[in-house]
Amino acid sequence: MKQITCPHIGRRPLSEFVFGGEVRTPPKAGDASDGEWGAHVFHRDGAPGIKREWWYHGPTGTWFILRRDTRTDEFLGALDYGEARHRP
Amino acid sequence: MPFRLLKLAITGAENEPRFFDTREDLKPSYDVVIIGGGGHGLACAYYLTRDHGVTNVAVLEQGYIGGGNTGRNTTIVRSNYLTPEGVKFYDESVKLFKDLSSELDLNIFYSTRGHFTLAHTEAALRTSRWRAEVNKHYGIESEVWDRDQIAREVPELDLDCGGNTPVLGALYHAPGAVARHDAIAWGYGRGANNRGVEIHQKTRVMGLRINGGQIIGVETDRGFVATEKVISMVAGSTPRITKMAGFETPIEIHPLQACVSEPVKPFLDTIIVSSGLHIYVSQSSRGELVMGASVDPSTLHSTRSTFDFVEGLADKLLDLFPFVAGLKVTRQWAGMADMTPDFAPLMGLTPVRGFYLDAGWGTWGFKATPVSGKTMAHTAVHDRPHDLIEPFRMTRFTDYQLVGEKGAASVGF
Repeated sequence: MKQITCPHIGRRPLSEFVFGGEVRTPPKAGDASDGEWGAHVFHRDGAPGIKREWWYHGPTGTWFILRRDTRTDEFLGALDYGEARHRP
Repeated sequence: MPFRLLKLAITGAENEPRFFDTREDLKPSYDVVIIGGGGHGLACAYYLTRDHGVTNVAVLEQGYIGGGNTGRNTTIVRSNYLTPEGVKFYDESVKLFKDLSSELDLNIFYSTRGHFTLAHTEAALRTSRWRAEVNKHYGIESEVWDRDQIAREVPELDLDCGGNTPVLGALYHAPGAVARHDAIAWGYGRGANNRGVEIHQKTRVMGLRINGGQIIGVETDRGFVATEKVISMVAGSTPRITKMAGFETPIEIHPLQACVSEPVKPFLDTIIVSSGLHIYVSQSSRGELVMGASVDPSTLHSTRSTFDFVEGLADKLLDLFPFVAGLKVTRQWAGMADMTPDFAPLMGLTPVRGFYLDAGWGTWGFKATPVSGKTMAHTAVHDRPHDLIEPFRMTRFTDYQLVGEKGAASVGF
């Protein structure tokens, strides 16, 4: 089975992770119209490429942000949520 | 050996009639360009010519016709969906399917089998009753069966599932059927081609040319073609095309895997689906078991298939049919399913004038082939959505009018 390498926990099998979807920045509360919120909640840049995605590691209860190529399914690096928060 | 075949071996087959014209060049312009030469695209081309007299049409296919999701599904046709919108739409499709062999003068091997959706929990049984009532309201044969009725109709099934998750009942849908998927694409393609539609295989769309919010043409790897109407019917490639058009949709691509076993003597003449176990299985006319499960959990733009899938599927299949443990899997594959958040398709007008979308076909596209072609042809000709597809408009997400089609395959509830 595919193994993913993450900070703190090292190499772990894919079956321990849950996919949480692409990372998207929400619009500012109060400023956005209903339509803009709808677009944020539902719309996606579904085109293939290198994406930043949420992945949840079940056994340790940790969320990570992983970079993955959605054409080849290669994982290209991981940040834990705390680290990722301070990067654009 | 037939003498005719022997004759062709000597004289050559160059002068034999072919299914389609093989076109050399693209024309500089068309009235309608359809992107995607699968079942949906070819059906749409067919109904454009038959119902609307529009014949200056090109179908552009990046590979070969029917080589995408048309040839990768598990060929099930049914209409026992959950929402009134879904039920009406798919029922129209089942009606069109039934006459298709004579209409297209090609045997599509349409075989009515009866379709069971097994319920392993009280909650699933409740949803089955709900679906049955919605279905009956729209005149569709659909009813909840108890264990004894299932045992009579499908004696091979282990209703106790080895003691793990016993079957409590099932939603039975008598019109559930299977059909030969390649024949649908070839039949519609030939029908459209005979009426003047051009089918261009190995022709990839590289970009869309848009001027002032109106589509004016399509860039391909074989040159530019001018047109004022473009219909995108590309299944798993939808986000690539909508990116060219400059707008986002909720569609994300997940691989959907399937496999077939070696052929064995017929023992299963119905279609068995278990939403609890996330598996569906039927036996083809050649004797193979055709099997599928739910979509892969993460997005991927690839048709790779995995050992994990076969392992998981086999585990569930043996709960239902323990005696197939010795069967070998002979082929496995994947298609790219364009999933939507509410398990309903995305059809109709888009923010770009003259650009129409037939997408979001996730795991439920094959059964909709005829009706999608018919309603999209109507939509493109009149520049307004056909009544049957109005609820599937793409703006439903930003005005919060989702369809909520929990009757889709691979949805657990």
